[in-house]
Amino acid sequence: MTAAVTATARIHARPDGRGGTALPVLAGEGPLAPRRTRGTAGEASVVLVGAMSGPLGGDRLRVETEVAEGARLRVGSAAATLALPGRHQDEARYDVRLTVADGGELRWLPEQLISAGGSDLYVTTRADLAARARLVLREEQVLGRTGEEPGRLTSRLTVRIAGRCVLDQELSCGPGAPGGWDGPAVLAGHRAVGQIVVVRPEFAPHPPAARVCPAGAAVLPLAGPAVLLTAVAPDALQLRRALDEALAALG
Amino acid sequence: MSRAALLVLADGRFPAGGHAHSGGAEAAVRAGRITGAGELAEFCRGRLHTTGLVSAALAASAALGMDPAGLDAAADARTPSPALRGAARRLGRQLLRAARATWPSAELDALARDFPKGAHQPVVLGLAARAAGLGAADAAYCSAYESVGGAASATVRLLSLDPLDATGVLARLAPEVDLVVDRAVAAAREALAEGPETLPGASAPLLEILAETHAASPARLFAS
Amino acid sequence: MHLDHTHSGPVALSADARRPDGTRRALRIGLGGPVGSGKTATVAALCRALREELSLAVVTNDIYTREDAEFLLREAVLPPERISAVETGACPHTAIRDDISANLEAVEDLEDTAGPLDLILVESGGDNLTATFSKGLVDAQIFVIDVAGGDDIPRKGGPGVTTADLLVVNKTDLAPYVGSDLPRMAADAKAQRGELPVVLQSLREETGVRDVADWVRARLADWTAPA
Repeated sequence: MTAAVTATARIHARPDGRGGTALPVLAGEGPLAPRRTRGTAGEASVVLVGAMSGPLGGDRLRVETEVAEGARLRVGSAAATLALPGRHQDEARYDVRLTVADGGELRWLPEQLISAGGSDLYVTTRADLAARARLVLREEQVLGRTGEEPGRLTSRLTVRIAGRCVLDQELSCGPGAPGGWDGPAVLAGHRAVGQIVVVRPEFAPHPPAARVCPAGAAVLPLAGPAVLLTAVAPDALQLRRALDEALAALG
Repeated sequence: MSRAALLVLADGRFPAGGHAHSGGAEAAVRAGRITGAGELAEFCRGRLHTTGLVSAALAASAALGMDPAGLDAAADARTPSPALRGAARRLGRQLLRAARATWPSAELDALARDFPKGAHQPVVLGLAARAAGLGAADAAYCSAYESVGGAASATVRLLSLDPLDATGVLARLAPEVDLVVDRAVAAAREALAEGPETLPGASAPLLEILAETHAASPARLFAS
Repeated sequence: MHLDHTHSGPVALSADARRPDGTRRALRIGLGGPVGSGKTATVAALCRALREELSLAVVTNDIYTREDAEFLLREAVLPPERISAVETGACPHTAIRDDISANLEAVEDLEDTAGPLDLILVESGGDNLTATFSKGLVDAQIFVIDVAGGDDIPRKGGPGVTTADLLVVNKTDLAPYVGSDLPRMAADAKAQRGELPVVLQSLREETGVRDVADWVRARLADWTAPA
């Protein structure tokens, strides 16, 4: 029997002094392997490659990303992350910690997290931003593989700007989740749910208007220089389409 | 303290504006997601464990004497929809008016001074409970029950649902209301020691999305 | 009403005659009555008659949000910042009588944003004959019925017809067409109301809203007279 995995990946981005972004720390462990890929002018690009499928029950995975003043970083993933049942009874944990300094920009755009039947995962994503930091953070969850009942998935997303919490949301679904999660107030049978947080200092004087886009994503200006785009959809493809439409409309 | 004060505060006729809000039920009815008592029960259950839990924990925290400004900011962070934040502040202001007239208190006066545009309703509710001599669990009960009671009575009006069915829905949710209140009070005690960021953040994506659809609708019966 | 009752906080609690800064608040007059009796048309006519001499604003309590407010805006009787709509959750009588908190917010917000105001007209959503305004919300109320709604309404009475400070029997020009007996309506109203005044009006005639406007002026004179 395989032991539960405890692993941390670290990504640090800082200006390279020539107008680009350097990655002085790019360290993986166990199933978490960050790889630098071709970026664009000024922006470094990293892809998280899942070396094993996971997280499995009992695993403790953690990704820490720091973006220094003036640096620009994009992080994606090579494929969807699949939460699977493990041999260990405990829930699995996946903790993402993101820190962005003034003038830094992070685009955190991983692929979907799929909650397979029988899995039990608790995900926390916490972004700590300086007052003049920029962020695009996408989080998409798919409840069950095709035709499958989902596992248990709880996901908490917290965003702080200059020490002040502007967003704190937890969604819990699947077997054993508090009642009503699949009812008309929460998901109403939709199997894909996701959100994008966009933080821009210029939202402070000019917040975008709240609205619901044609494909169904809501644009929700938060109590701070940030906007939450949120959507539910029958599947991952329609969810991505709805979120992309809302993101594009922000300009 | 008088326990009967809880009945006054929890009474649906307490004049604090709740009658004009449907807790998202009007939008859900229009979207075809509530057509009868069964769906109303699931709708209320979902509300109870998400916004109901968060509101109850905020109310319990305020009843324990936590700083209302910190709780109000925590409520903002847990309410991404600006339409729902606006409704919560309007209802908070209306409740504060009724509470100040009913249980005059320096804390309520201070809240009115610090939040001229209104504080989030659960924060006001907790302070009102405190002014009435009630405790954290009382405040949490009020808030958790309100999170489902308003939606149920609105649905009676919206669907001409048999009021006996709606009351049955609420009665069958009672054991879950007890559980939510226990969790809310435990969370409030933790927050009292650790700060408001430890409060629950349970969210309901469709309530947030439908609240914006509803706010943009030119013709509606309920304010939210 | 506690006319000389003051509170320490930033908002008055209910019917207090003074605003938090000590100045006298606007006189609030409620207009209620059944659907289609001409409440909104009377409000619009009052605004046109009084807006040159008074600083005034309107709160509507629609059954279906904003319909009446939109009408007043379309008719341009007042600038938009002087018209506010209250949502009533399918129960307009609750919002003017049992739980007046949203209406109190609306009148105070109008005084804060469009003030100083002399007069605020609070129009109820069309409702039944029992709907009256709380004394915590308005200082005087007008009940509007019309001849086409049946000439037996004054005889039937009900709280609106019996106790309103002014009863308006509207659309008198239609009486011949709907077979309503105006003298009988006036006599029945007199029997129900004793000394309380009744105005029979047609907004289509030259006199229009004149009598009601005069009554409002008199209430305002009482309101602003030194105690």
